[in-house]
Amino acid sequence: MEEAVKHEEQPSKAASIFTTGPLRIIVSLIVPVLAFLVLRWSFIYMRDADANKLLIGLVALIIGVGAVWALYLITDNLVSLLPQGIGDTVRPFVFVGPALAILCMYLVYPLLRTIYLSFFDARSETFVGVENYIFALTSPDMLIAFRNNLLWLVFVTGFVVSLGLIIAVMVDRIGRWEPVAKSIIFLPMAISAVGASVIWKFIYSFQPSPRPQIGLLNSIVTALGGDPQGWLILKPWNNFFLIIIMIWILTGFAMVVISAAVKGVPAELLEAARIDGANEVRIFFGVIIPYIRGTLITIATTVLIMVLKIFDIVYVMTSGQNDTEVIANRMFREMFVFRNFGRGSALAILLLIAVIPAMIYNVRNIREARR
Amino acid sequence: MSRFLSNLPLRITIIIIAFIWTLPTIGLLISSLRPQIDIQSSGWWTVFEHPFEIAQWTLANYQRVLTTDAMGDAFLNSLLVTIPSVVIPITIAAFAAYAFAWMEFPGKSLLFVVVVGLMVVPLQMSLIPLLRLYTQLDLNGTFLGIWLAHTGFGLPLAVFLLYGYISSLPEEIIESARVDGASPLTTFTRLVLPLSVPAIASFAIFQFLWVWNDLLVALVFLGTKKEVTVVTSRLAALVGERGEAWHVLTAGAFITMLIPLIVFFALQRYFVRGLTAGSVKG
Repeated sequence: MEEAVKHEEQPSKAASIFTTGPLRIIVSLIVPVLAFLVLRWSFIYMRDADANKLLIGLVALIIGVGAVWALYLITDNLVSLLPQGIGDTVRPFVFVGPALAILCMYLVYPLLRTIYLSFFDARSETFVGVENYIFALTSPDMLIAFRNNLLWLVFVTGFVVSLGLIIAVMVDRIGRWEPVAKSIIFLPMAISAVGASVIWKFIYSFQPSPRPQIGLLNSIVTALGGDPQGWLILKPWNNFFLIIIMIWILTGFAMVVISAAVKGVPAELLEAARIDGANEVRIFFGVIIPYIRGTLITIATTVLIMVLKIFDIVYVMTSGQNDTEVIANRMFREMFVFRNFGRGSALAILLLIAVIPAMIYNVRNIREARR
Repeated sequence: MSRFLSNLPLRITIIIIAFIWTLPTIGLLISSLRPQIDIQSSGWWTVFEHPFEIAQWTLANYQRVLTTDAMGDAFLNSLLVTIPSVVIPITIAAFAAYAFAWMEFPGKSLLFVVVVGLMVVPLQMSLIPLLRLYTQLDLNGTFLGIWLAHTGFGLPLAVFLLYGYISSLPEEIIESARVDGASPLTTFTRLVLPLSVPAIASFAIFQFLWVWNDLLVALVFLGTKKEVTVVTSRLAALVGERGEAWHVLTAGAFITMLIPLIVFFALQRYFVRGLTAGSVKG
């Protein structure tokens, strides 16, 4: 390593013309200008071109990565021209700058603007005060959406964490087949929510009575002597059939994370409890759960946030019809279907408010970790 | 032996659970290989009555969905959207994470707290203003627009994950590089970056799956025109247009799942490591 570093700091003689003296300053100024021009060309090219898509992709990769690197190298070079002290103070901002700039543009600025827009009307022309919020909190449609979100939050989080915990503990005991079992249960996480929705829509599919059922659920029901149902239009139970999908997806995730925590419980603790005569159930509730409490809370908050944002499943399965609406889906519809940007913004802000407790929890954790 | 027996109820339970978990996906896969007529007249489980009868299997659904229903184009579009959306955030986040971990600057703590706070923010919050901004900049429905959007949305987590790893590198290594006269940039490119490959790999896989499987950002910033639609938005459109056409939907769904499943099986270790690193505290 030492050799490599020392070597790099002694460039070849020819190149050294460019790295010393006045020529260096000139080069350091020309290169950024050239880079900027190239960047600008590629930006327009990528944006407008009906050109071959693969070509655009290639350009994107080369420019995207190359440009980013070039940007850092150039600015770092410029900074090295500055006198020692100033250079050292400025340099960190070169490293952090692009990230902060993008975060500002894509997260901070939009956040502030959305808050602002939520106080205006559909076209964002007239100030309407809290009218959008009043609609969001009192209209019958929205109240149903809130009720549904609550159902999702309670049932998805409850089942995902409990099932994840139970399965994690069980799977921990079966030795050789543990990785296989975990992979299988975790698999739905890799599939898109849209894909999962198609899978389950198929399971729930309904054929009117005399025809044979092709959906798994209805065929089981008819085999047991019942009548086939249109599960997705049955209020209010249709919500639960949607909720099952998310439980199916997320349990594996909870299981994997909790499993790592469960394996961290010191063997001595478990042995000591066993020697004291505690049976497995007592050990589970008395030793394991208290020990992994932190992980359980973290997983629960992560799942809660995922549930609040859930949009794909409702959008694909029912589009919010038959009283299955949720806030995230409604927000999308306000944006694209009703074109009411005031209400859409208000709903987005409500989602944000719901997430703030988790945000504070995360930030506090970080603060403590860094102390 | 007695251990095996006492374990038996446990094993059976787990087998049942694993079976229930895979059943939905298997149903989809089998159905996608059946002719349309069969799908509409009998349940997919009936194939097991005569599994080797060739006539009941077909690739026609895939053929059709890839060409007529534009899934093939959507697949290419998804690749085109996903790969840059993974590579660009990693590059930018690596620099920032290094700065947060090993450089000093005013406001460092506060800025990092902001980054962490932004991690949980629902991206719904950014959609409306960004949509308007994009319309002004003519970025709507362009690949460039969505690459930048995914970069923006993925940066907080990227910075956080990479920071966690880079900051845990042994201080002596960084110090000795500094003592040898290496500039911060060199330390970063020659030393820190190569050492951070595990963390980068974990985030890369995580981000890849996230972007590939995303629907909302694709719908908002890319749209559903055939030149730009990705597999998720295409599938969603198919569900809306052809609700009961299961021969198309099952094959289409499986095409959207193909790459994620391959990535998942081949690179599980990294993926799981990324998840657990981010979620398990102390």
